Amino acid sequence: MSSSSLASSPASSSASDPAARPLIAIQSVAKTYPNGTEAIRSFSLDIPSSPQFLSLLGPSGCGKSTLLRMIAGLEVCSAGQIDWPTASYDGHARPMPEIGFVFQEATLMPWATVFDNVYLPLRLKGKRRGEVRDEVMDLLAQVNLQKFAKSYPRELSGGMKMRVSIARALITRPKVLLMDEPFAALDEITRLRLNNDLLQLWETQKLTVIFVTHSVYESAFLSDRIVVMASHPGRLMADLSISAPYPRTEEYRISQVYNDFCRQVSGWLHKAMLAGGGEEL
Amino acid sequence: MSENVKAPAPAKSSASKSIGWVLTQAAPYVFGFLFLAIWEAAVRINNLPQYLLPSPTNIVGTLFHDFGSLFPSLVVTVTITVEAFVVAAVGGLLLAMLFTSSRWIERSLFPYAVIMQVTPIVAIAPLIIIWAKDTQLALLICAWLVAFFPVVSNAAVGLNSADRNLVDLFRLYGANRWQSLTLLRLPGAMPFYLAGLRISGSLALIGAVVAEFVAGTGGARSGLAYRILETGYRLEIPRMFAALVLISATGIAIFFLLSMLSRFMLRHWHESAQR
Repeated sequence: MSSSSLASSPASSSASDPAARPLIAIQSVAKTYPNGTEAIRSFSLDIPSSPQFLSLLGPSGCGKSTLLRMIAGLEVCSAGQIDWPTASYDGHARPMPEIGFVFQEATLMPWATVFDNVYLPLRLKGKRRGEVRDEVMDLLAQVNLQKFAKSYPRELSGGMKMRVSIARALITRPKVLLMDEPFAALDEITRLRLNNDLLQLWETQKLTVIFVTHSVYESAFLSDRIVVMASHPGRLMADLSISAPYPRTEEYRISQVYNDFCRQVSGWLHKAMLAGGGEEL
Repeated sequence: MSENVKAPAPAKSSASKSIGWVLTQAAPYVFGFLFLAIWEAAVRINNLPQYLLPSPTNIVGTLFHDFGSLFPSLVVTVTITVEAFVVAAVGGLLLAMLFTSSRWIERSLFPYAVIMQVTPIVAIAPLIIIWAKDTQLALLICAWLVAFFPVVSNAAVGLNSADRNLVDLFRLYGANRWQSLTLLRLPGAMPFYLAGLRISGSLALIGAVVAEFVAGTGGARSGLAYRILETGYRLEIPRMFAALVLISATGIAIFFLLSMLSRFMLRHWHESAQR
């Protein structure tokens, strides 16, 4: 209902330009579970082809994770469709473009080494270990884990496991990286460090990140666009642009600009919670 | 200063810890030794005849003296046990894979696997002995029937308990069924499967012994169970105990070997192999 756009988002500007097709066009997507629970009602969103860091922010139960899984093709849409430039699908067919997915937990194979965990997506595509060894080691170096290539997940800390998980998602050089509250289970200090690392990777890899979070501060630090969702049923509440320049450093984190963005986003999140019936309050 | 005070404390506690460790390690041996000593003393003091209860030293003596005649029987029993175990281990895993590949197959076959398991082997052994062409095959089938179920049920649980997120990840990268099986489901099922093997190894031995009791075949190719029957008829109780010791030792060896295998296979990642 109240799909109010606060700032003119990059999405709407690119949509008005007929030459630039969006990378992902989410068109009136809805999700109703067999037990009648309406997770998402008629949700539309354009994600431009230029690299963007988009956060999906909302209270629990607003369907942000469901939406992310629908974009990944892991969940079937009850109505509407999600268009990619190369393929249109409604969740029944697998999306063809390369996507990386990072789950809330690191979700590593405990019986495989760090190297083999990162190598997995290429292995599933039939690539031989020898021909991609350098590629995997390069990426491990980028997440500062080259010394741990032969380690097993149980020997790593939570933050290190998450970095392995991110490396695995990036190994196929995806255009889109989908992240489902990846740092929610980590401690504050590890989370701040991983936020910085993630931004660096995002800037060097030139990809689009869709980042699900329930943290105002995390989303305002990382994103250049925040989509606020309301719950019961999940719907779009606001589409905000965070226009602070990159690279964003510790200076940005303590700046007045960041503070203002946080306040603005908090205000919208509060509205979203009220709109959702305030059941979470 | 405070370091000087603190330093001896950990040393002392680690010393008392290691004494505690030695005591825990030694406890079963001490108990076993005491038990055997009391047994030996009771037999000697009461002058019990050896056809009622032979003394431990008598049993050990018989074991050495009769080893030449008991050993071939041991080989027969161990052979049947190992053969039945291998067939159960391989067949059980294959059947579990079949179960997890199709709900229909699982629904149609699993109840019969349960029925096979809950029917006492002694009750069906006579039938199998009648139907099977030679006794060795009958014994093998009986031992296999007993050993089979723990492998199937454990492996099936293991194959079905893959991490949901990892399953999604494999789907995301378009993994085929073979890749999902070999890279995700099988490695994840290993702890369950190996636990099943440990149970099944001991059960294969029990199956082999029980079946031979029922078959009661003598002659050149008789196993340890027949030796026990035979010594019972002849009241050669020390020899009976010696055969019993060999059966127990075989069971312990099987359990020990399979535990080692499990630890080796899971040494890098599973909690059960860490200590």
